[in-house]
Parts: sequence; structure tokens; C-alpha cells
Amino acid sequence: MVKDNYSIYICGVGGQGIIKTSTIIGEAAMNEGLNVVMSEIHGMSQRGGSVSTEIKIGEYKSSIIEKNTASMILAFEPSEVVRGLSKANKDTYLVFNTHPIVPAQIAGTNSYPSVDSIISSLKENYNNVYPVSGNHYAEESGSILSLNMVLLGSAVAVFNFPLDKENIIKAMKNNLNEKFHKMNLKAFEYGYNAIK
Amino acid sequence: MAYNQLVNGKKGEKHFLLGNEAAVRGAIEAGISVAATYPGTPSSEIGNTLSFIAKDAGVYFEFSTNEKVAMEIAATSAVSGLRSFTFMKHVGLNVASDSFVTTAYSGVKGGMVILVADDPSVFSSQNEQDTRNYARLANMPILEPSNPQEVKDMMVYGFELSEELEIPVIIRTTTRVSHMRGIVEFGDIKSQKGKTVEGKHYNRGYFNKDPKSYIPVPVNVIVMHKILSEKIEKFQNNISSLNINEVVEIKDNAKIGVISSSSAYNYAYDVASLDNLDMKILKLTLSYPTPYDLIYEFIKDLDRVFVIEEVDPICERDVLLTVGMNGLNIPVHGKLDKTFPMVEEFNCDIVREGFIKILNYTDENFSLSHTQSLEKVIGDLPTRAATLCAGCSHRATYYGVKQALKESNISEDEVIFASDIGCYTLGINPPYNAADYLLSMGSSIGDGCGFAVATDQKVISFIGDSTFFHSGISPLINGVHNKQNFIVTILDNRITAMTGGQPNPGMPVDGMGDESPEISIRELALASGASFVRVINPLNLKQTVDTYKKALENEGVSVIIAKSPCTLIKGFNKKPPIKVNYDKCKNCDSCINNLACPAISKIKGKVVVDTSMCNGCSICSQICDYNAFETI
Repeated sequence: MVKDNYSIYICGVGGQGIIKTSTIIGEAAMNEGLNVVMSEIHGMSQRGGSVSTEIKIGEYKSSIIEKNTASMILAFEPSEVVRGLSKANKDTYLVFNTHPIVPAQIAGTNSYPSVDSIISSLKENYNNVYPVSGNHYAEESGSILSLNMVLLGSAVAVFNFPLDKENIIKAMKNNLNEKFHKMNLKAFEYGYNAIK
Repeated sequence: MAYNQLVNGKKGEKHFLLGNEAAVRGAIEAGISVAATYPGTPSSEIGNTLSFIAKDAGVYFEFSTNEKVAMEIAATSAVSGLRSFTFMKHVGLNVASDSFVTTAYSGVKGGMVILVADDPSVFSSQNEQDTRNYARLANMPILEPSNPQEVKDMMVYGFELSEELEIPVIIRTTTRVSHMRGIVEFGDIKSQKGKTVEGKHYNRGYFNKDPKSYIPVPVNVIVMHKILSEKIEKFQNNISSLNINEVVEIKDNAKIGVISSSSAYNYAYDVASLDNLDMKILKLTLSYPTPYDLIYEFIKDLDRVFVIEEVDPICERDVLLTVGMNGLNIPVHGKLDKTFPMVEEFNCDIVREGFIKILNYTDENFSLSHTQSLEKVIGDLPTRAATLCAGCSHRATYYGVKQALKESNISEDEVIFASDIGCYTLGINPPYNAADYLLSMGSSIGDGCGFAVATDQKVISFIGDSTFFHSGISPLINGVHNKQNFIVTILDNRITAMTGGQPNPGMPVDGMGDESPEISIRELALASGASFVRVINPLNLKQTVDTYKKALENEGVSVIIAKSPCTLIKGFNKKPPIKVNYDKCKNCDSCINNLACPAISKIKGKVVVDTSMCNGCSICSQICDYNAFETI
């Protein structure tokens, strides 16, 4: 049985920068000398559909998180955190962006629960619920495109997150366009301070 | 990670790589000179990566028109003494299979590796076929890496094995291996075969004529087949002496065995270790030719054995054969006795469930009960299926086709929409409902021919530009020559979009970024003899509707080329977004119900355009009866 393992289920909607965020976390883990495996989905499933990546830090071989065992669900969209709950237990950290992306509706076939009801019902059932005004912080940082770095900052800020903040920032620099470092760092700090 | 690290990285360096990126590093370490592919998920990133670095790595790389051509590029390079690499998704091997099977007979001089990416659980495919069957069909060795490090290592080993046996070697990955990211330690880069040529960026080989080996006429084939079969048999007898397949002990002197490979091995290992089971695992990385001796040695003193594999029960049958031929009395648990499911990918939860069925231990895992309010939220979750992007011209085409049918008084229920493989398959979703039948790449046109023969219904086929080049041309000729009557729509969005934006022959650029001749779809259609050929801009709705109305009246094969670039192309010319004028909007919801554009939603009773998503295609303003959409 592996100790000190940590698994993160990252989910949202195609195009939100989920794979990049996950790669940064994985690379930081590698640079800290930890074993890490990660699963991504590409292709048809990306076109505006729900997307997810799974990261497992520790002596695992498989990159798919078992049910009810995720240490954290990091969701880029509020309804997607709910969709990911099969991976969660009562103590799983639920960190998520509060800005909804409402899918195209046809003749009222698609309902969307209110964000307030999502937050309050999660709080009734889970011990560590962290809504983040991700879009707001991203726009404050300069562009909605920095949303993923806001949420990365929030993830790193939670209690017991296994990786060092400075190593995450190093991995950000290795994986993101240099032109936008200032904005991305700003976004990261916004997200970090929103939780700390 | 920057792509050039795959070329310049030194032995011992560690990088966090996607399985597909690891395959590229492996190819470079093995000293390949030629690589060819047709893009297909989950193998696409191999080609994307190679197209960036091929020149720096001294490699010729092309996006071939289809997998069969890619197979032929690799086969001829390999018989000319170069190391060559072709890769494709599992169904791509169906397209390549005619040449593929014969390459085992004609053999290779330089090593040749065929990487085939299976897609258990079909994240992005039309079927769940298992490439391990092809290894048996062609009598070709197959390697099954389980993570990115092994992908890289097996690429290098695959080329050595291919040269030793003088036949191509298959590497089978799955989505969870190709799209797994993990730590990969680099090895040395071998020198390439062939000769360097002044002014050329990759080495050239030389083809020595030998028709007896290379021309499969009946008199030669019998000899070629015998040689292949003897070669494989001899190799099979030696597999036990190789240390490629390993036994992993979870507990000492375990009496329960597991035989597994590829991604399934990862789940088997994790569950056996986490649940501390009395097990040892035979991990088959080289799974064909079947290492019967090794399997026998592994199972002979066991109480029982589990076979854990995705998708077909292939290894399980090999194990049962071993049990039967040696008169053993050991229960074998796998798919055939329903311990594990027959379809879809596995994970730790599924593997554990299978173990528990047989071993009856308690699962410490639990399921949570939720409060009523959370259950309600879960019940209200919107479905979020993949969808055509905001501003995608395919949406405009589908809308235009339906409008033309309406104006021609033809019920769309009476029209058969033959669809194809690409983003436009998403036309299956409401409100378009424009996909009724689909078999494979290019099938929309052959299916169009068939429905025109078999029924009196109107038939409209939809095929993309890249798919048309891949395998749409010969069925188009078939339709014209055999006097069939249907409409072919070629959705020319100037890119191979679904797989992430690779070039195709309709574009003035090749797989290494060089300028190259652009092949005209219109001229191909005219050359086929089609009686009606028109190029339209689908974002001009009136033109689209008028053109389809004319085509519906035409006898024979009509070809409509709907030409408009994909919004995801780098440098796409985004037009100013659209906004709603609420003085004019009557809340008729026609836009919501008939376009289903992801940029348009109904929020708190009002139609709202998400301006960050809108590409300004203006179809919404063209369809609105009240002119309520305006350009910002």
C-alpha cells in the first residue's frame, strides 16, 4: 500500500486549458522526484463536451483514479464538479470555478441547476468545498485565457497539497508561452490567495 | 516540454511525456529515416509532433492520403534498407490491411514498426476492434507497452526485432497508453541507416531487385508464406530466453496467477498491490507469437489464473489452450467465464470487482449517499455532448440543406443522410439529425451509391475534405459510372479538423510545413464526370439553399463543395461577434431550437450571445425573422 499518494481529477469543458494545467502539475511532481502518471482524453470528446484528466502521484501504474478515492476534484465549471463526484469521498477537496457554461439547449431539453444550489448542496455533503470566482480573477489578470492558472493557484493553496508552490511556478514557466508569464503568474496568485 | 527536446535530449534525461510523444522519441532513438501516417485518434499526436521536428531529426515525414499509402511508404523504405515507421488508429489498419498482410511475406531489410492505437471504450472511433487479432492474421510479432516509458523502449526494441526477423513488428497501444503521460528516461540515439546525400535532410536507401522475394505471384507466395511461418515458429520457440516478458511478484510463493498486458496490466498490478493479494503477474509485453512455454511454466503450479486483457479474450484462449494441451487442471478466469466484461476498457474498479467475484474478499471501498438537494442537482445536470463549434460552417450547411428540403416540399424524414468520419458526424445530434448511416472513412459516398440503388429515397452524403482524399474519390467515380442519383456534399473546411488540424492534399502545405501543390476538389469532381458540381460558401445561407434546391432536381450525381475554413485553424479570420437587439427579439427561440450554436443560450428568459465564443459567422442573423441579431 502506497503512502503519501495524491490523486487529482481535473474536469471541465473542452477548450478550457485542462490538459495544460494537468501537465504542469505532473511535471512539478516529477521534478520533486515523485512518480506520477496522468490520463488525458483527446479527439472527438473535446468538441465542447465534458473533458477530464486524471493525475496520480505516488507508486501507481494506472492513471485512472478509483471511485471515491480522489484527493481533489479541480473543476473549471460548476456543473462539471458534480459530474465528477463518483471519484470523491467526504474529505475530497472540491475546488471549482463558479462561472457556468450552459450548453446549447434545444426546445428547453437542457436544464441547468443554479450555481447557488450546487454550492449549498455540495457543502451539505462534503467537508472541503471551495468555490472560486475563476472567470472574475482571470479577467482581472488580463484575459479569460488565464482561467486555468487561477484554478491551478487555488488547487496549490489547499491544505496538504503535496507539491511545492515554487516548483509549480517553475513548471508553469516551462510549459506556457513566455509572453504571458506575467499575466499567468498574476492569475495564479489570485487563485492561490482566494483559498489561502 | 518543448518538442526539440525530443531530438536534442541526452541519455538519462527525464521528461514528462505523452505516450505518443514517447513513441516519437523512441523512433528517433532507433534512428528512423522515414515516417508516414494518416491522422487518427488516439495516435494523432505522433504525427503532430513529427511534423514539427522531422527535419531537425533527419526524418522524412508525411501525412499520407490514407493509411494504406502510409503503409506502402514505410514498406518500400524498409525494403530499401532504411528504418521506417508508420502509425495509425486501429481502424486505420483496416484501410492499410491489404498491403499490411503482404508486408509480412515480402519482409524488410531495414527495421519497420507499425504502431496501432486501439480505442477500448471508443472515445473517438467507430468500433472497438482489437489489433492483436491482426498480429495473428498477418503472422507478425506484436508488442504491448503499458506506459510511455515502455512505448519508447518498445519502439527501440521493435526496430531491432524487425531487423532480426526481417519482418515488420506491430506495437499495439490503447487510448490509455497513447494518451497517458508519465516519466520517460531517454536513451542513446542510434545512427541512421542509408547514405547521407548532400543537400537532403534525410538518408537515402537503395532497393536491390529480388522479384522472388517481393512479387507475390502464386509460385512465389507459397515459398514466401513457408519462410514466414518457419521464421515465426523458430522465434516462438526462443521467446522464453528473451527477458522481455517478466513475472512480477506481488507476494512470495503466490498461488494465484495473473496474466496481463498493456493498460490492463496497470489495473491488475495496482489492485493486486493495494488489496495485498496472494498473486504474481506474468506481464506479456511480447504477446504474439504466443509464448506458450512461458505461460506453461508460469501456470503449472498455480491454484488458479486470471487473464486480464482489453478488448477480446485472445490471451485467455491461449491460456486455455496451454491448460488443455498440457492436461492441467487449473481454473482460468477472464472474459469467457464472465469474470470480466467482454467490452469496453477496464479500470481498477472493474478489475477489483472481477477478483472479488472469485476470491470473495471484502472491498473496503464504499459508496456515498447524498442528501436530497444534491440528488436534485445531479438530476438537473445538463447533458454536455460534443458539439459543433460556434461559427462552424458545417452547422450552416446542415441548416441550409434542411431549409432547401423544406422549400422543395421534401420531408427530411424521407431523405437518407449518409454521414462520414469527421467533426460533421456530430450532425447526428438534434436539431440537425443529419446522420442516418455510417460505416467507415469515405463510406458516405459508397453508401450513397448503395441507397440510390436500393431505394427511391433522396440521398444526401456528407464527407469532409480530408476524408474525401482518403477514400471518397473511388466511390464518387463509382456513382457517376454506374449512373446513380444522389447528392454528395464535400464539407471543405481546409484542414483535417477532428484530429487536431493536420494538413491534407487540398492545402498548399505538406506534413513538414513545406509548400506543396494544392489538389483541387472541384477539378477532381469535374473529372469524375459528375453532372452537377458547385462550390458554395456555406456561410451564405441563400446561396446554400438555392444550390441544394437545384441539386435536388438534378438527375445523376451532384457534388456540392461547401468551402469555408475551420474556426480552429491558426490565424482564422474571426469576424466581430453578434449581439441581440432586445427591442427586436420576440423570444420565438427559432435560433435556439434550429441552430443549437454553443454561443447562443437562453438565460433567465432571454436569448444571450456569448461574445467570447461567437466567431461572427452571422448565420443566426440570416435566419432571424425579426432581424434581432446585429454585429457589434
